[in-house]
Amino acid sequence: MIGEVDPTIINLTVFVLAVFVGYHVVWNVTPALHTPLMSVTNAISGIILVGAMLAAGPAETDWGVWLGAVAVTLAAINVFGGFLVTQRMLEMFRKKDKKGS
Amino acid sequence: MSVNSVALAYLIASVFFILALKGLSSPLTARRGNLFGMVGMAIAVVTTLTITSNWALILACIAVGGAIGAIVARRVQMTAMPELVAFMHSLVGLAAVFIAIAAVNNPASFGLPETLPMGSRLELFLGTFIGAMTWSGSVIAFLKLSGRMSGAPITFGGQHMINLILAIVMVGFGLWFFFSETTNWTAFATMTAIAFVLGFLIIIPIGGADMPVVISMLNSYSGWAAAGIGFSLGNPMLIIAGSLVGSSGAILSYIMCKAMNRPFISVILGGFGSETGAAAAGDGTQKTHRSGSAEDAAFLMGNADSVIIVPGYGLAVARAQHSVKELAEKLHAKGVNVRFAIHPVAGRMPGHMNVLLAEAEIPYEQVLEMDEINSDFSNTDVVLVLGANDVVNPAANVPGSPIYGMPILDAHKARTVMVVKRSMAAGYAGLDNDLFYMDKTMMVFGDAKKVVEEMVKAL
Repeated sequence: MIGEVDPTIINLTVFVLAVFVGYHVVWNVTPALHTPLMSVTNAISGIILVGAMLAAGPAETDWGVWLGAVAVTLAAINVFGGFLVTQRMLEMFRKKDKKGS
Repeated sequence: MSVNSVALAYLIASVFFILALKGLSSPLTARRGNLFGMVGMAIAVVTTLTITSNWALILACIAVGGAIGAIVARRVQMTAMPELVAFMHSLVGLAAVFIAIAAVNNPASFGLPETLPMGSRLELFLGTFIGAMTWSGSVIAFLKLSGRMSGAPITFGGQHMINLILAIVMVGFGLWFFFSETTNWTAFATMTAIAFVLGFLIIIPIGGADMPVVISMLNSYSGWAAAGIGFSLGNPMLIIAGSLVGSSGAILSYIMCKAMNRPFISVILGGFGSETGAAAAGDGTQKTHRSGSAEDAAFLMGNADSVIIVPGYGLAVARAQHSVKELAEKLHAKGVNVRFAIHPVAGRMPGHMNVLLAEAEIPYEQVLEMDEINSDFSNTDVVLVLGANDVVNPAANVPGSPIYGMPILDAHKARTVMVVKRSMAAGYAGLDNDLFYMDKTMMVFGDAKKVVEEMVKAL
């Protein structure tokens, strides 16, 4: 039965469930960490890198590939920048913990 | 790798992303969470490499982008985090647009049929316009936050009407693209161009202090853009990751609006402060305030039992966080109980103040959220307001005031209030602040950093 379902509907199922997961997980984030939350979600939205790689991937090169290559670069800035700056911020919160205890 | 193995690897990556956000529920698990996020991303990228060619090109681009990202992440000032975040949102938006264009150009590279089916056309349309709006909106937010463009709202007559008309025209072109049997570049390009303009127009009327909402909203958009691309490519991992980010940004927007007691729609329509500013200025009655020197303030704090410091955007602008840390330590050494009270919209992005205080290594348990500390103001000796205004304005308790109902820090309930400010100018809401005219209030004029340094010297 599931094989006959339109892929868009399967995608929609995944989407709705993921929104629920996101909703519940994010409400549990402590307000003190809202800035790291933004930077880490920035890094995660860099997952668009995967789409960019596919765009840059075809063996026969046309302008679409170059557009994809630019997108790969942009998304990579996000992924690396996002995770590293989050790490840097969280290090600061760790120092505080050490001092406090 | 086989299609099924790829899908399974993507599922594992998605789970890691969820764990990354879950880790942020406590500072103790947050770093591990961030690590999970990195692992998830690595799995996703390596898996995708197995199903593409042009490795050299792709890896070179990742290396270049990664190097830029790493340098930016290392060099950025903590006070400049809002700009960085806005900048990164813009990149996601632009990347989404590029990917969508590439997909329209060559659907086969994404495993789509040569002539795009209707469902894909709809998804590409959504992904593109959200991406385009995210890009131009974030560019404006970046320019405003970094001071390259005035933070004041830019408004003109018929603004909302123009936006509405543009939005309708954009959807019209989108529908034309959607119903065209063959690839309709004219419709697609026009729609994308209008979306760029629209993103720009929507953000320019929004003023500086509403930036926490805007930046959260753009955070949300960047997630939906990624999810939209995920729909177009039929990739559940992109949908999951994008939805996590999208709902995260939406929740943050909600929290920020709640903390300002303003409906989301009114923030987005913008222009707050422009009309109310004139009304407040024409108040007429001359009120007197008391001002004192940093030494006087230091003396009072030094002799107090308890001090609560309320930091605001002024602290970030003056980069005073390290001086504040010194002040807190000096007071602590004198046996004063020093704590910090953080309003949810203090600064220019959610959690901005927490990060600045963390950077200055101010111990975690001294930094409290509004709900945790508000009941303590009434038995506190001294409140030191550093570059904050509207978030401590008691007018929020007066019916009829433009900010009536906004939750505030009850600084006015403390025995003595000291306000460090550059001038008597009104805050973002354009309202006079009665707190400044109370008998127990002492104004200390000057740049937050200089004043705090003088206080430290005097102690």
